[in-house]
Amino acid sequence: MALDTVAIAQSSPDNVQPFAELGLKADEYARIKEILGRRPTSSELAMYSVMWSEHCSYKSSKTHLKQFGEKAPKSDALLVGIGENAGVVDVGQGYAVTFKIESHNHPSFIEPYQGAATGIGGIVRDILTMGARPIAVMDPLRFGPADAPDTRRVLPGIVAGVGGYGNCLGLPNIGGEVVFDETYIGNPLVNALCVGVMKHSDIKLAKAAGAGNLVVLYGAKTGGDGIGGVSVLASETFGAGGSTKRPSVQVGDPFVEKVLIECSLEIFAEDLVIGIQDLGGAGLSCATSELASGGSGGMKVALDKVPLRDPSLSPEEILMSESQERMCAIVEPSKIARFLEICKKWDVTVTVIGEVTDGDRLEITWNGEVIVNVPPRTVAHEGPVYNRPLAQPAYIDQVNSQKVNVPMPSGAFEIKAAVLKLAGAPNLADKSWVTAQYDKYVQGNTIQAQPDDSGMVRLDEKTHLGVAISTDANANWSYLNPYQGAKLALAEAARNIATAGARPLAVTNCLNFGSPEDPGVMWQFAESVRGLADGCLEMGLPVTGGNVSFYNQTGAVAILPTPVIGVLGVIQDVRKRTPMSYKSSGLELFLLGETQEDLAGSEWAFLHGQRVGQSPDADLAREMRLIELLLEGNAFFNAAHDLSQGGLSAGLTEMVLRHNVGATISLSNPAIELLSETPGRVIVAIEASKASQLQALATKYSIAISKLGTTGGESLTINDAVISLDELRTAHTSTFPRLFG
Amino acid sequence: MRVGVITFPGTLDDRDAARAVVAGGSEAVSLWHADADLKSVDAVILPGGFSYGDYLRCGAISRFAPVMQLVIEAAGKGMPVLGICNGFQVLCESHLLPGALTRNSDLHFLCRDQEIEIVNNTTPWTSSYKAGEKIVIPLKNGEGSFQCDDTTLAELEGEGRVIARYVGQNPNGSRNLIAGITNARGNVVGLMPHPEHAIDELTGPSAQGLGFFTSILHAMAK
Repeated sequence: MALDTVAIAQSSPDNVQPFAELGLKADEYARIKEILGRRPTSSELAMYSVMWSEHCSYKSSKTHLKQFGEKAPKSDALLVGIGENAGVVDVGQGYAVTFKIESHNHPSFIEPYQGAATGIGGIVRDILTMGARPIAVMDPLRFGPADAPDTRRVLPGIVAGVGGYGNCLGLPNIGGEVVFDETYIGNPLVNALCVGVMKHSDIKLAKAAGAGNLVVLYGAKTGGDGIGGVSVLASETFGAGGSTKRPSVQVGDPFVEKVLIECSLEIFAEDLVIGIQDLGGAGLSCATSELASGGSGGMKVALDKVPLRDPSLSPEEILMSESQERMCAIVEPSKIARFLEICKKWDVTVTVIGEVTDGDRLEITWNGEVIVNVPPRTVAHEGPVYNRPLAQPAYIDQVNSQKVNVPMPSGAFEIKAAVLKLAGAPNLADKSWVTAQYDKYVQGNTIQAQPDDSGMVRLDEKTHLGVAISTDANANWSYLNPYQGAKLALAEAARNIATAGARPLAVTNCLNFGSPEDPGVMWQFAESVRGLADGCLEMGLPVTGGNVSFYNQTGAVAILPTPVIGVLGVIQDVRKRTPMSYKSSGLELFLLGETQEDLAGSEWAFLHGQRVGQSPDADLAREMRLIELLLEGNAFFNAAHDLSQGGLSAGLTEMVLRHNVGATISLSNPAIELLSETPGRVIVAIEASKASQLQALATKYSIAISKLGTTGGESLTINDAVISLDELRTAHTSTFPRLFG
Repeated sequence: MRVGVITFPGTLDDRDAARAVVAGGSEAVSLWHADADLKSVDAVILPGGFSYGDYLRCGAISRFAPVMQLVIEAAGKGMPVLGICNGFQVLCESHLLPGALTRNSDLHFLCRDQEIEIVNNTTPWTSSYKAGEKIVIPLKNGEGSFQCDDTTLAELEGEGRVIARYVGQNPNGSRNLIAGITNARGNVVGLMPHPEHAIDELTGPSAQGLGFFTSILHAMAK
C-alpha cells in the first residue's frame, strides 16, 4: 500500500476511505473532514477511528458521567480526580493512594487467558503511570451458568490469565467476585482493579509541556497484536457467526511489564519525567494525542523510529497497535542521558521518537513525509458526544408488579437443606479453586484477602497505616431497579470496608452494560449512573474515576446491568482491624440491622429461577450510621461480617467455616431471617461482657440489634436444625472442584 | 551477619526475603544479578519470583547471571546459600542441588497455607527447628513438583538430605513429598514453600517461617 501523506490527502479529496470498516459512522467521518478541512490521511483515519471508539471516547456515556463531577461531594482527600489515568486520594502521613478498575470483557471471551492477563497488565500500567508503585490487584469476574460448556472453556482460562500475569508481576491478588448468570454467557465480565501507593510529591500526570522536551517511547517493541482492539472488539456487539476476531486481542508478557515497573519507578524516583502516559487501548494514537493535548498541544513524532517486532507493519498499524508493556514519557533534554542509563540497567528498549513543539498541532512523519497533522484535542478529548435515546424498558413494570413466589423452608429438615443448598450454590460456594491460583502473599503486606469482606494491605511497616478495598455489584437488584441497584452496591462495598474497621474514602466504578444503541439498556445505564452519583453525594464519597463497558450483549440479549463499585478506605492501624470471623467459643453473636422480607433479587429466588419483585430501597443515611457504629465498635469486636448475597444463611456459613468453630443460633422466623437479603446488616461477634456496650452503640446510632446466638461446637445449629461443620464444609467446598476439576 | 539477597529481573520476593533476614536478626544486603560482587556477605538468599520471566525453563537463564558465578564458587567453599521457590529452581539449574522442579501435577498455580515437616535440622538454615517439627508456611508456585531419578532419590534419602516434607496430601506431585533438600556438604538448601512470608501472624499464616532466618544468624555466630 502506498504511503498516504497529508500532501496526497490534500490533492485527492475524493479518495474512498474505509471508515465504516474501522468502526466510524458516516457523520463522524464527515466531522473529521470538517476539522481537518480535507479528507484525513489513512494514518489520521486510523487514529480518529480508535480514539473516537466507544471504548476510548465515552461518546455514549459522557453526558451521564458528568454527574460524578456535578454532584461530587466536598472532599479534602481527592488529590487527582476524574480524567487522568487514575484518581488519587490522600490517605494521610504523606501517602497518596491511586486505584482504578477497568473492564477487559470482550477480549476475554475470545481469548480467555490473554484477555484476562492483559486486563491486569493494562490497569497496572494505569496505576504506574500516576507515579505509584502498584501494590495489589482485585478481579470481579462474571460468567454464564456454572455448568454451561462455554463456562468451562472461559472460566479456567480467565482465572489462569489473571493469576499468570498478576503473579508474575509480584502483585498480591486480594479479592474480587465470581458470579454466574445466564446473561453472561458469551459475555463474560473481566474487571480488574489495581491499587498503588506513592508520596504526594510523586504524582505524575499525562501532559507534554515545554517546547524542545523529548518524547520517549520505552518498553516492549511494537507488534501487530491488538490492532483496532478498542474499535473493533470493545465497541461492537458480537454477531452470531461473525468472523473470528482473534488478531485484535493483545498478547501480554508479564516479565517485560515487571521490568518496566521497576525501571519506571527508578526513573520516577530521580524525577526524570515531565509527563507520562502508558500505551493501552489505542496504543500510540492515544498516548501521543493525550500527552499533546494535556500540554500546550504541539508535538512532533517520527513514527519510523518506533522499534518494531514486525518490520512489515504499516504506519497506520503502528498507530493502532495495542502491543502491551509500552510507556511514553516526556523528558527534558538535560535528563535524557540518565533516563537512557536506567533503561539500559533494566534492559528496557528505549527510543526518542519526537519532541514537544511550540505549535498546537500533533505532527507525525514517516521517513520525513508528514502523514498526520491534527489538533490533538480533536483526537483525544473532542470526539463525538451522543445523547442516545433512552426509555424505560417494558420488563421493568412487568417484573416489579410480580411477587417472588418461592418455596420457603419450614422445620428442621427443610431449614438444613436450604442452608446446605445455599452453601453449595455456585454464586456462594467456596472460591478457593479460583483464589488458590493467585499469589496473595507477595510483597508481605497483605492483611486481608479473599474470602474476607475486603482486601487490606499495609502501606507502612512502621506506622501500620493501611488501606482496604472492596468491589461489589448486585446485578439482580440492578435489573429490577438500576437506580437503587447502584446505590445498594455502593453501600455494600462501603460496609465491607467498615466491617474491618476501615473508613470509606473514595469510589471507583466499572459500569458493564449491553448495547447503548438499545434505548432500554441506555436507560439502565443512565439510572445506574444517577443512582451512583446520588449515592456518592449522600455518603460523601468522591468518584475518582472509572470505566464504561458497553456492547456486552449477544444478539438482542444484553447482560444484566452490572455496575461494579469499588470503595477504598483507610485504616490507621492494620493490627487493630476486625476479622470477618472468630476463633473462640463462648462469644455472643448479634445481628445489626433489621431483616425485612426481601426476597426479590435474592440468591434464594435466583436458585428458583425468579427475577421478579421490587429491589429494596437503599437507606444510605442508615448505612452511614451503621458504618460509624462499626468503626467505633472495631475497638471491641472479635469479628464482624457483612451480610449480602445469600443473607444470614450464607453469612453464618462463611463465619463458622472460616476457623471451624460452630455456632448455635435461635431465630423466631427462620425461613425469612435466613434467606432474606435486606441490605445494611452485619453479624458481629463479641465477648458476652461487651453486650451492653454494643447495645449502647446500637442505640446511639439508631441501628436495630438482635441477638443471634453463641459461638462454639462442631456444628451450625439453627433452632432444631443441626448441620455439622463437616457436611457444611463439604457442601461449600465441593462445588468448584466438581465443576472445574 | 550480612545476608545477601539477590535480585534478578523478574524476582518478586526479594523485599520480603530482606525483611525476613532483618526480622531474624541479620543485616540484609541487596545483590544485583549483573554485578560480579558479593559485597562481603556471609550467606546468600535466592528469593522467589520469575527470574528472567522463567523463559526457556525456570531458573535456566539465571544460572548464567554474573552474580551466580560467584555464588557457585562461594557455595563450593561452604558459604550458606538458601534458594526459595524460584531460587530453588535456580540452584537446581546451577547444579548446586540435584533434581528439577516441574509443573504441579494438577497444572495449576497453587497458593495455599501448607504444613511441612522439618526433617533435617542440621543445616545452617534449619538449626532453629526441632527435627520432626511441623510448621505452616505459604506454598505458592506453578512448578513445584520435585523430580529426580531413582538413584538420586535414594542418595538424598540415604544421606538425610531431604530437609523438609509436605504433610498430608501431596500438593504438587513431588517425589517422596519433598519440599526441600540440601547438598552433600549441607550448606546449600533449596525449599519450595516460602518461610519469608511467615514471619508474623499479621501478614502470614504463622510466624513459623522465621526459624530459617534465625538459624542462619546462629550458624554464622558459631
